[in-house]
Amino acid sequence: MITELGHFALILALCVAAVQTVLPIWGAHKGWRGWMAMAEPAALAQFLLLLFSFFALMVAFIGSDFSLQIVWANSHTDKPMIYKISGVWGNHEGSMLLWVTILALFGALVAVFGTGLRDSLKARVLGVQGSLGVAFLAFLIFTSNPFLRLEIPPFNGQDLNPLLQDPGLAFHPPFLYIGYVGLSMSFSFAVAALIEGRVDAAWARWVRPWTLLAWLNLTIGIALGSWWAYYELGWGGFWFWDPVENASFMPWLISAALLHSAIVVEKRETLKSWTILLAILAFGFTLIGAFIVRSGILTSVHAFASDPERGQLLLYITGFFMGGALLLFALRATALESRSAFAFVSRESALVLNNILLAVAAFVVFIGTLWPLIAELAFDRRISVGPPFFDAAFSPFMVALAAILPIGAILPWKRAKLDRAMRPLWPILALAIAVAALVWAIQTERSALAPLCAALGTWLVLGAAVDLIQRTGRGVLADRLRRFVRLPRADLGKAIAHAGFGITIIGIGALIAWEVRDIRVAQVGDSWDVGAYTITLSDVRRFEGPNYISTMADIEISRGGRMLTTLSPEKRFYPVAGMPTTEAAIANGVFRDIYVVIGDPQPGGGWAVRAFVKPFANWIWAGAIVMGIGGLFSLFDRRLRIAAGARARATAVPAE
Amino acid sequence: MTRLALLLLLWATPLAAVEPGEMLSDPVLEERAQALDNALRCVQCQSESIASSNAEWSRDARLKVRELIVAGESDADIKAYFVDRFGEYVLMQPDAKGVNLILWIAAPAMLLAGIAIAATALRRRPLPDDGLSDAEKARIAEILEE
Repeated sequence: MITELGHFALILALCVAAVQTVLPIWGAHKGWRGWMAMAEPAALAQFLLLLFSFFALMVAFIGSDFSLQIVWANSHTDKPMIYKISGVWGNHEGSMLLWVTILALFGALVAVFGTGLRDSLKARVLGVQGSLGVAFLAFLIFTSNPFLRLEIPPFNGQDLNPLLQDPGLAFHPPFLYIGYVGLSMSFSFAVAALIEGRVDAAWARWVRPWTLLAWLNLTIGIALGSWWAYYELGWGGFWFWDPVENASFMPWLISAALLHSAIVVEKRETLKSWTILLAILAFGFTLIGAFIVRSGILTSVHAFASDPERGQLLLYITGFFMGGALLLFALRATALESRSAFAFVSRESALVLNNILLAVAAFVVFIGTLWPLIAELAFDRRISVGPPFFDAAFSPFMVALAAILPIGAILPWKRAKLDRAMRPLWPILALAIAVAALVWAIQTERSALAPLCAALGTWLVLGAAVDLIQRTGRGVLADRLRRFVRLPRADLGKAIAHAGFGITIIGIGALIAWEVRDIRVAQVGDSWDVGAYTITLSDVRRFEGPNYISTMADIEISRGGRMLTTLSPEKRFYPVAGMPTTEAAIANGVFRDIYVVIGDPQPGGGWAVRAFVKPFANWIWAGAIVMGIGGLFSLFDRRLRIAAGARARATAVPAE
Repeated sequence: MTRLALLLLLWATPLAAVEPGEMLSDPVLEERAQALDNALRCVQCQSESIASSNAEWSRDARLKVRELIVAGESDADIKAYFVDRFGEYVLMQPDAKGVNLILWIAAPAMLLAGIAIAATALRRRPLPDDGLSDAEKARIAEILEE
């Protein structure tokens, strides 16, 4: 019964979304207050209906109701409870339901917290958000309905893909979806501003928190996915340049650019049309990503069971919203006047360069992902574009970005003197170069990568520190400390996020350059050396888990005769899905991970054992978390706090 | 820039599916073999190299790579061997030849275009003179620093 109510609520939500689209936009056009005021209750009602629908589906998963087709296809009575819950979004239909629910959640948040927004802008924003709801709800209901029943319910289900039965991956999609869909809010604000023909500092102050929220969740979501790949896929790779990964990376890059250009609109009232364009493109890449993942047009390791009809519809949706928004942009962008100019050397110019580099980096990912398709359709050549291309074509832009970042972050607005801005940075630049030299001298491999990344990382982290120290001004320590405590949280957030970027770069460089790996056949009782560590295969046993059979090894790790730990890697077999998985065992450390994997029994006796020493591996994700924390600090800046509009208008905006 | 790009090319992500029984006993040759594993695609998989794929075909391909290395073939010969049989689809990194040049040039071209557009836009919009003398500007800078 609750399933039917959920189904009904879903259909009702589509009707409400239609109302939310038409009435407020038409009302704003005509200046009818009553019609505009419909936006808020409609946005709230749409969200509550979808929330109910989502929980109805979750109840069906928890209760293992196999009369529902997607529960049967993705669940099993023996599956642990947490994966019954995460199974709701571990499939195409359920994940689309989560998508539209989050879409409606953002609309509801604007309705509740947007008290300071101009009525007409708010009505238009919610109207545009409603139109996205209409498109995706229609897509969900007509092509991917999660509430379809089976006529004869089977006794048990087919189980969730075992690779997905993992805590890291259980929470990876919700973060990613909040990120993807959060960008719809920036999109709705951009389109509403184009309809109004008005973009000002207040508009930027509204768009930034939504973009920040989206970017921060994308950061965490991508980091979770990468961390999962690291420990689950059995060899400790952290990024594969797979089309689906790229689909999440492009919106991340563009939203990072948008975050920075929105600052320029807010503080200097310039770069307006570019910022609007970025807001449109950021969500455009989200739509393209959804199309890539769900149409199966590019084969990928983790595409959902794909279907050409769905892909076609998603392409129409993408075409409609991108085409419409870009047309509107072409018609209206010239009306957006810039209020200020700036010199070649200025914070504005540095942010423009940041935007160019991030946009070009996103473009590299875009063309690399789609090139096999273009080459086949247009030139009749079947080719592959794999990690070697992306490593070579993408990395230089990130290196350039990291190299200019600390300088740009410290430049004054409007017009700056480079020699003056560089003065506090020379010592840390010298230090960064010294670090590179030191790394070059002590490493045994002759790789240029590790020194380069170490220098860039040092430069970024210390550059962030110098930025903060500069912000505390001059005078005695006590005064400076007092000023430091009173610094706007956005300034702290900026420094923290930039330092996080540096930490990630150090991790990537060290891991790739210095990894030690060893693959061999070992008998129980054998000992051997990997890097500075001694590894002993002390036991291999079999046992049964709740829904799998496991082969588990006990591997002792010691260093210089001193016992460090015992690791227990597993090889699991999930009989219902008929799939094996590898569960690597990792001894985590600040400066290195020891990573061991047990393989298949060998014909001549013994087991295949893979052992890796992975230096600085955790820095990659630690850096992402630090970036996320920086984003949180910025999000809670007094100026940007979600309901800040009203208060900001009441008091004069302080001079920067 | 070219040199940097070349250095970055060397980051090829290492391997994983290779089984101990497949490996060459000479570590230098095995290192070469693993680099080639990363450069060749598993043609029946979904965007995986033969280095990371567990498929039967990839195993055969890895063994073939090692057989050819032992036979004294160069890396280029071995890639050509695979391209002859499976088409350029088998290369993880497309050659910068013919239409593929577009793929390689697109991003640097866009970077240059972006910088050029930004620079001309900047030049066209001269900074308005704020009507302050140098002495006044210096005084303002002093006040701001305090």
